[in-house]
Amino acid sequence: MSAMSAAARIAYRRRPSPLHAARATVAATYGLALATAALIAASPLLLAALLCAVLGAATGAGVGRKLLRAAATTALPILVLSVLVNVAVNRGGLTVFARLGDWGVLGQMNLTVESLVYGLVFGLRLMVVTLACLLVVCAADPDELLFACRRISPHSALTAALTTRLIPVLAGDARRLAEAQRCRPDGGATGARGRLAILRATVGGALDRSLDVAAVLEMRGYGARRGGGGGRRARGRSRSHQQLRSRSRHDLAFAAAAVSIVALTICLEALGAAPFHAYPLVSITLTPWRLALAALLPAIALLPFTDRRGIQT
Amino acid sequence: MSVLSFERVSYRYPGAGGDALHEVSLTLEPGEFCVLAGLSGSGKSTLLRAAAGLVPHFHGGRFSGSVAVAGLDTREHSPAEIGALAGTLLQDPETQVIMTTVRAELALALENLGNPPTAVARAVEETSLALGIAHLLDRATGELSGGELQRVALAAALVSRPPLVLLDEPTSQLDPVAGDELIWQLRRLNQESDTAVLLVEHRLERCLAAADRVIAMHAGAVVCDRDPGGFLEWAALHEPSLQTPGARMFARAGLLPPPTGVKQARAALRREGLLPLPAAPEDAPAAGAQPALVGRRLRRVAERFSSRAERPAEAALVIRGLWHEIRDGPAILRGVDLRVEAGERVVLMGRNGAGKSTLLRHAAGLLAPTRGSLASAGRVALLLQNPGDYFLHETVEEEAAAADLEQVGLSELALRHPRDLSGGQRQRLALAIVMGGVERPALLALDEPTRGMDRESKQALAQRLLALAGEGIAVVLATHDAEFAAEFATRAVLLAEGRVIADGPIAEILAGGWYFATETARILDGAHGALRPDQGAELLLAARARSGPAECLLAGEVGR
Repeated sequence: MSAMSAAARIAYRRRPSPLHAARATVAATYGLALATAALIAASPLLLAALLCAVLGAATGAGVGRKLLRAAATTALPILVLSVLVNVAVNRGGLTVFARLGDWGVLGQMNLTVESLVYGLVFGLRLMVVTLACLLVVCAADPDELLFACRRISPHSALTAALTTRLIPVLAGDARRLAEAQRCRPDGGATGARGRLAILRATVGGALDRSLDVAAVLEMRGYGARRGGGGGRRARGRSRSHQQLRSRSRHDLAFAAAAVSIVALTICLEALGAAPFHAYPLVSITLTPWRLALAALLPAIALLPFTDRRGIQT
Repeated sequence: MSVLSFERVSYRYPGAGGDALHEVSLTLEPGEFCVLAGLSGSGKSTLLRAAAGLVPHFHGGRFSGSVAVAGLDTREHSPAEIGALAGTLLQDPETQVIMTTVRAELALALENLGNPPTAVARAVEETSLALGIAHLLDRATGELSGGELQRVALAAALVSRPPLVLLDEPTSQLDPVAGDELIWQLRRLNQESDTAVLLVEHRLERCLAAADRVIAMHAGAVVCDRDPGGFLEWAALHEPSLQTPGARMFARAGLLPPPTGVKQARAALRREGLLPLPAAPEDAPAAGAQPALVGRRLRRVAERFSSRAERPAEAALVIRGLWHEIRDGPAILRGVDLRVEAGERVVLMGRNGAGKSTLLRHAAGLLAPTRGSLASAGRVALLLQNPGDYFLHETVEEEAAAADLEQVGLSELALRHPRDLSGGQRQRLALAIVMGGVERPALLALDEPTRGMDRESKQALAQRLLALAGEGIAVVLATHDAEFAAEFATRAVLLAEGRVIADGPIAEILAGGWYFATETARILDGAHGALRPDQGAELLLAARARSGPAECLLAGEVGR
């Protein structure tokens, strides 16, 4: 339920920012490029640079606080979990910082600094990916994305449209159910039991709700075939809808930034510009020029935000 | 060619014991404005769904006969194809919007129809202006109130200017002002662009004057198909609960024919000499002045309507200077003062967003005031708008104690699933839940309890609430339904922009207004505080019984 509420809270809202001024497809590409770069990068130096890039981009887009709140509720728990799992499961590394004795089938439980560091780096990567995806949610108009997706895959777009609409509907249902429970004379079930009961009732009603939403989608002509040519007409229309917004300087700037971020990350990794090894001993080389190279990533990512001509705040 | 035709249509939902539609045959011509009337469960919504192609495509079940929308047979064409010819608005506005912004929502249907961008932009602009939602165009749909959502969903159904519009209670979440505006906007659309309208509505007094035709349904079958006047004559004989308040007043006063609206009723009363002719400006009474009473009998009748109930000493709820402000938003409540006595029956009225629901939530302790104080003599039970929100269990008996179920007459349904109950039964179960517990509540608050209810269900609810008030429980309800308010309450509180702008006996508040007034009060111009049809009829009978020239009796200006 809280995840649903969080998802509803972080929904897209148009704001005066260069990222919001770009097309939804470009904004989404930009966010996904940051996520892709995080998946490519192995070095904590590059990952830290990408984290700065994502948070800087969120601030530039006016969703910095939103993203930090989301980071606290979703990305931080992922980071902590990945560290705990890696420390408990991985037997690599030579620097033991805690000997927990024999754990039966799990064997000797020796916690090492190396597994801790590796867990942190892995968690950092997941955190950057999560935040970059949340940036897409906050800054790319989902309606525009759906129209774009429909040109490629109508059925997937229909499913996406249903899902995106259903989340706020179910979040609203859960909110109302929780409020109604507070109106019970005994205050309703509280804690985990109460949340579970509300979640069960919400999920129980999800099928009915999805049918309602699907019925409305269909009545609005979604997926209509007009004399066998309706689909083609709709696709033709989608193109003209896109053409209505010609490519802006923001589109070009963010698209260029997206390509540059991925290319630079690949180059830095391929050239070994930011070497890092977690096992058997942690080894990382930090030199001024390596730091400067890593700093290029947030610089490239934030460059398009400097053009704020015509954007009133 | 008819824009809609049903030919011997019978339909049964999957697993249902009986037909939801039975041998329904009807046609709707271009430019007709038709109201679909009937009690709850009579098959009105199913008929609309059949016209939209959702029955049988979406719901399955057994279907016989044929439905054609502008020549397209719904058995051969999908709801998406029918959607190009019939704009549909179903009951729950929350599931009626798909996109994240209002502008994208309005554009969706047009985009799906393959309209060029300029045509889409123009239609979105014009429709939003016509329905008064232009200021919402760039708002996120997730932030809209129920009333705003309903208007947006209606605009989305109308934006492609389909030849047929199917509407299932489009005014259910709107205040009286917005509801009236909407009906007349529909009428204008219907007259100017030949759009046929098929409208389901429980508050017939709101739309009958605009309609060309009324179809009444009972147990899935069409039982009456006439013009509004003919329908009211039929209803007087066969289904009195479908009569409008004006028609009931006329019937009780022995006046014929039944009026279809306020204008017609007033004209008839003028012909009978029971209402004055419009006064010249210099003769017109000052605004707010009550008409003078003539004759002892009339005076006695009127005194009964406006008599205040004796106020007991104990207060069930005392609110002082209550403010509710939201972050980065306007104040919802601005210094509200309210005192409700034990056993008092109070209605909160006002436009959408006036602060009624917020005030009830404060009373129940669901919200904390920004400023001000609130004290109650005991527990405050709150029944929210959707009774289904209270149900979390698999059977009725798990939801409420046996004694509480017995009090609301649901003992026999104890083993049923709560979601299998009818609308009225659900509300009774929700009432049993909030009224239950060891501590008897000092005050019962209800938020829009009559939405989607037919008159019989409303009367049953009023009786139940009157019984609770008789036991000393104060009852406060927020409603847009002036007729129900007049049936039930002794006091009305009018809210606007979070402030109390009027507070007094119901006869004073609801008789003097235009929007926040019953049909009886509007017909009689608020004369002597008559709000209900029986009160109006009593006044009319008393006036007619007077000897001598009867002109202007209600206005008290004999022989003008």
